[in-house]
Amino acid sequence: MSPVYLDNIAGTKPDPRVAEAMIPFITEKYGNPSAHFYPLGRESYNAVTKARAQTADLINAKPENIIFTSCGTESNNMAIKGVLALSGSRKHAVITEIEHYSVQNPILKMASEGYSFTKLKVDKGGRISPESLEKAIRPDTAIVCVAHANPEIGVMQDIEAIGRICREKGVHFHVDAVASCGQTEVDAEKMNASSLSLSAQNFYGPRGAAALYLAPGVKIKPLFDGGFQEKGIRSGSENVAGIVGLGKAAEIAKAEMGVYAPKMAALRDKLIAGLKSQYDFLHITGDEKHRLPSHVSFWVEYIEGESLLMWYAQKGVYAASGSACSSNILADDEDELQASHVLTAVGVPTDVCAGSMTMTLSKYVEEADIDHVLKVTPEIVDKLCAMSPAFNRK
Amino acid sequence: MSNMGPYSDLVMDHFMNPRNMGEIENASGVAEVGNPSCGDVMKLYLLINNDGIIEDAKFKTFGCGAAIASSSMATELLKGARVEDALKLTNQAIVDALGGLPPAKIHCSVMAEEAVEEALKDYFVKAGKDASVVDEMKAQIKKDH
Repeated sequence: MSPVYLDNIAGTKPDPRVAEAMIPFITEKYGNPSAHFYPLGRESYNAVTKARAQTADLINAKPENIIFTSCGTESNNMAIKGVLALSGSRKHAVITEIEHYSVQNPILKMASEGYSFTKLKVDKGGRISPESLEKAIRPDTAIVCVAHANPEIGVMQDIEAIGRICREKGVHFHVDAVASCGQTEVDAEKMNASSLSLSAQNFYGPRGAAALYLAPGVKIKPLFDGGFQEKGIRSGSENVAGIVGLGKAAEIAKAEMGVYAPKMAALRDKLIAGLKSQYDFLHITGDEKHRLPSHVSFWVEYIEGESLLMWYAQKGVYAASGSACSSNILADDEDELQASHVLTAVGVPTDVCAGSMTMTLSKYVEEADIDHVLKVTPEIVDKLCAMSPAFNRK
Repeated sequence: MSNMGPYSDLVMDHFMNPRNMGEIENASGVAEVGNPSCGDVMKLYLLINNDGIIEDAKFKTFGCGAAIASSSMATELLKGARVEDALKLTNQAIVDALGGLPPAKIHCSVMAEEAVEEALKDYFVKAGKDASVVDEMKAQIKKDH
């Protein structure tokens, strides 16, 4: 049996149609889209323009509101730093305690430069209450950043309710939709997003191609100083092949989401139910009702995450762990190993967040793959429990 | 097995086929040590004969690949050793025997060294001696070194 790839939140396998669309732009169609006066350049310009429309269409936006970037981290940095730099005397931000590093760390950086922030607590399932947001917004709040879906525990926020509050309060609302966009409906207008990040690698597009949506009228300070690409908001020669891939992936995602989201959700539910039935000391993390269609995450008492991860890999299941031990294996120092802030926020004890796993499905995953995971899980868990000094079978 | 990960083939082998995993009933010395930085726990059992030779060593470990491999390798190095020589087993010796560990994982081998020390303290206490004997022996080893 070929390996079961369940680390799709870290990057999906590109759709063959995406790769096919990209290839000409890394072979014979190499023109610079800023070179308008000969066909080679114009061809690239047209391709980028088409991809902008395709990307905008995926999130119910207008093409002129899409800025192409290199990754979700860049999009989030651009929105946060770019908004705060122009916010005048409003120097306060609101985020949640489970935001991705690419939101949390720019906020911390800005905090070191005189800005302040509030981190909203989440419930056991990882959701914030809209009421807590309402209370956290101050007269000097410049930006609210909330991820539509969390990549580690799959929980989805009530993003439209959050957006309504931000609109009423007149605060910039940045949505990190990297984990959700292309998999489930992301409508920038319905969300009332002032800005929104998305990344092609999460929906069968290439790595290195992402976008930031900026609502009409929203002004940000660019991260880069350079030429006039992307209206000067994101200077630098365009990654034409990547952008073409992003556009094609967006088009396919929009057309096929209705088929694949329910397919993944059914397999997700089968995997969750199967895992829960196998061990009463295996716990699902993240809200089970408000959840990405592709997302399964759990932790197992008595055993450690990296060991789980390594055994799953040996058994042909490629997944991820939020454990400290597997967090930064190539670090120079043990101090750089850290348990996930997301797992601690939803109440997983620090010494066991260790035993956490994230398995994320894709449209390519079939029922036999899920059956394989359910078959090997007891082999792995029993082995590691037998080895664990903490384990005493009742 | 083709090795594509951060660990050497030997580490992977000890992780997947741990030597001496289990418990020893009526062990001469037992210790459970933990690593506060990552929550790992190792329990070590030693069976020591009247000549002061470690006849058997077994372990149970809650931890990552490096922790399990270090535990496994430590028990291999301990079996047949004299008590005095067991105390010479440094974490570096375990790392070397494993063919190296990633820098961030060196601390996992420290846990194994500590387990040996604590298990031998337990052994001496059970024999009616003071646990400080081990500290003195350790200090002497460091001095000689």
